[in-house]
Amino acid sequence: MKSSEIISLLPYSKPFLFVDELEEITEEGAKGSYTFPADSFFYEGHFKEFPVTPGVILTECMAQIGTVSLGIFLLKDLFNENGKVALTNTKIDFYLPVYPGEKVRVLSEKVYFRFNKLKCKVSMYNAKDKLVSRGEISGMIKENE
Amino acid sequence: MDTKEIVNSLKKIVSPYVQNEPAFKNFDMNTDFLKDLEINSANLVDIVLDVEDEFNITIDNDSMDNMLTVQDAVSIIKEKRAEA
Repeated sequence: MKSSEIISLLPYSKPFLFVDELEEITEEGAKGSYTFPADSFFYEGHFKEFPVTPGVILTECMAQIGTVSLGIFLLKDLFNENGKVALTNTKIDFYLPVYPGEKVRVLSEKVYFRFNKLKCKVSMYNAKDKLVSRGEISGMIKENE
Repeated sequence: MDTKEIVNSLKKIVSPYVQNEPAFKNFDMNTDFLKDLEINSANLVDIVLDVEDEFNITIDNDSMDNMLTVQDAVSIIKEKRAEA
């Protein structure tokens, strides 16, 4: 399955798609990147007069690249436009802020994929290769029934 | 391993995922994981994986779908242990 196919199957669109590229995706994990456009909607209010990417948005980016993209890859042809995903658990620590216009890379490693639940260890790095955030994300992913 | 020992191990495995504590106090064979203990389906997967490790068995998709109550879990654990 090609990266472009996986991205097209992601159930998100602007302004809530946080995946530009999937560089590598295997049975064991995923690698991808996203650049936060300086005019993204959340910078207007987070924070007042001082734009920083919200932790929930970093978490979402980690989940979309690290968990949902990987889940679609693992389900292979069973996942189509009618497939369903649901976030079930996050446990993330944050180390560095991400400012408007920054590019981040996300790496994920599968812990398990059983009974439609995918649990991953996911980490995010900035353009200087410094750790931005790290943790665990789980979700349920189901093919179209 | 008798039924009582299996139920005690199950109770320990389930404990971190329980949302309804009063229902957990009345943990018995009829307890329903989702309806009584209000465990979500994602955490039920973690419970099943812990059960696999604890009892050294493999739970298949059909067994997973049928594991609704403590009684169901005990029956499935006994059946899989007998197969092993």
